[in-house]
Amino acid sequence: MAPNRRYSAGDRAVIAVGLGLAVALELALIWGPALASVALSGTDWDGIERPRWIGGGNYADLAAEYPPFWPAVRNNLLWLGFLALIAAPFGLLCAVLLDRRLRLSRVYQNALYLPVVLSLAVVGFIAQLVFSADYGVLNAVTGLTTDWLGDSSINLWVVMPAAGWRHTGYVMIIYLAGLKSVDPALKEAAAIDGAGEGQTFFKVVFPALRPVNVIVLVITVIEALRAFDIVYAINKGRNGLELLSVLVTENIVGEAARIGFGSAIAVILLVISTGFIVVYLSQIFREDR
Amino acid sequence: MKRAALHAFLGLVALGWVLPLALAVYASLRPYAETARLGYFSPPESLTLDYYARAWTEAELPKYYLNTLIVVLPALALTLLLASFTAFAVAKLPIPGRRTLLIVFTAGNLLPPQVLITPLYSLYTLVPLPWWLSDSMSLYDSYLGLILIHVAFQFGFCVFVMANFMRTIPIEITEAALVDGAGVWRRYWRLTLPLCRPVLAALGTLQFTWMYNDFLWALVLMTSGDKLPITSALNNLRGQFFTDHNLLAAGSLLVALPTLVVFQLLHKHFVAGLTLGSAKG
Repeated sequence: MAPNRRYSAGDRAVIAVGLGLAVALELALIWGPALASVALSGTDWDGIERPRWIGGGNYADLAAEYPPFWPAVRNNLLWLGFLALIAAPFGLLCAVLLDRRLRLSRVYQNALYLPVVLSLAVVGFIAQLVFSADYGVLNAVTGLTTDWLGDSSINLWVVMPAAGWRHTGYVMIIYLAGLKSVDPALKEAAAIDGAGEGQTFFKVVFPALRPVNVIVLVITVIEALRAFDIVYAINKGRNGLELLSVLVTENIVGEAARIGFGSAIAVILLVISTGFIVVYLSQIFREDR
Repeated sequence: MKRAALHAFLGLVALGWVLPLALAVYASLRPYAETARLGYFSPPESLTLDYYARAWTEAELPKYYLNTLIVVLPALALTLLLASFTAFAVAKLPIPGRRTLLIVFTAGNLLPPQVLITPLYSLYTLVPLPWWLSDSMSLYDSYLGLILIHVAFQFGFCVFVMANFMRTIPIEITEAALVDGAGVWRRYWRLTLPLCRPVLAALGTLQFTWMYNDFLWALVLMTSGDKLPITSALNNLRGQFFTDHNLLAAGSLLVALPTLVVFQLLHKHFVAGLTLGSAKG
């Protein structure tokens, strides 16, 4: 039966106010600024004087003569690689192991997603206790004197596991829920056909998890692009820990604000994430067409 | 035998996962002079709660907790209210373009915050506020500014999750009310929302944690150190006591404590919130 399409005047007012507020807030604080970033990235605005249109000038400067840019791109890519190829698969492995009926499963799960509730800023501070050159636990245990966080050639490699510490738990929760929705009959059928446990997983369960895989992939990409708090808490994202998100912030806060330039970096983040957002949306909105 | 190996593996992983936090607790209980001499990996000579007292009083943590509450509680209430109504409208009312609306809202939550901060920062400095709303006289450096960006940024995720949930509510329930002549507001507030308690609890728990843990918005949109929420204020603690990692550990743990408590108490809701978000629409 078709719902009643006629609303009373009061109904219309309620809908207009409720949706109007929602749309206004979303436009003013989310989509407006996002589009403004795109526009500003073509100007040389410093936040005070009239902005001047310089076209692709900021992008050319970025690529050619802004020293931290390429290291930041590299670090973001490594960050993504680490989360996607190590932290997320490890989360999947833990989810698969915890999915069977196991005593103490609750305890293990609790431990694994404990870091998920911590802010990345706090994770950054805890990392300092482990990796500090003078007093850190790692050096005390191994007898090394490495300056894990200060040496710009290695610090990224200890900060990424710290970020992965949190990401693994997140991914595990999502996969645990996903695994519960896989039809057990599929697994039984595979077992009857003589498939081993590994075979069953890779040939039957993993493909059945496809929607969850897409979601985990997108969440991972977004986390990698958003990464900021943890490096900022450690050393403000300098000296080996440059990330695109840090460069945006650096260019707009402080005395020497280069808003146009910072926006150009933000637009690069926007372009990369848009691709993944489209993938994600087409996955989650696939059914109700 | 296989079971034992499984337990050994999972036990080790779980231990490894808890270890950094345990280390922070341990470090926070030991005097600086002792760990400076022996390092963090050493048996204790003396244990003290002194650092917690110092973080509490010297770093004025209560003030920052209060700042966080001033921002997070209204933001949480507004987000859930606005998002639940929008979800209701999108899921239950025949509004033209509702699918597009839902997609635009959901996508907004997925943007990296850095894409917004530059214009947002400029916008906030341009919007004047009366003195009774903000002593900075503008949206920049005001609690209201932080509340609004939290609501706007988290809103899309909540709408998506709640719209999915509301679609599972049988249409007969509101249909009957429609026959009774109930208006839109009544159908939303009295009939639909009470059925949404589980999803509201899940989102409330999750959003509390996310808003509490926010670091970036306050960093960019606030300038007065004494108005910062606690997660961002922790960074100041580091500036003041750069060398004293033990104090930092105690401070970090005090900052993390509310989220750990919420997680332990509302564990079920927290997990439900995360998995609802990843469920298909």
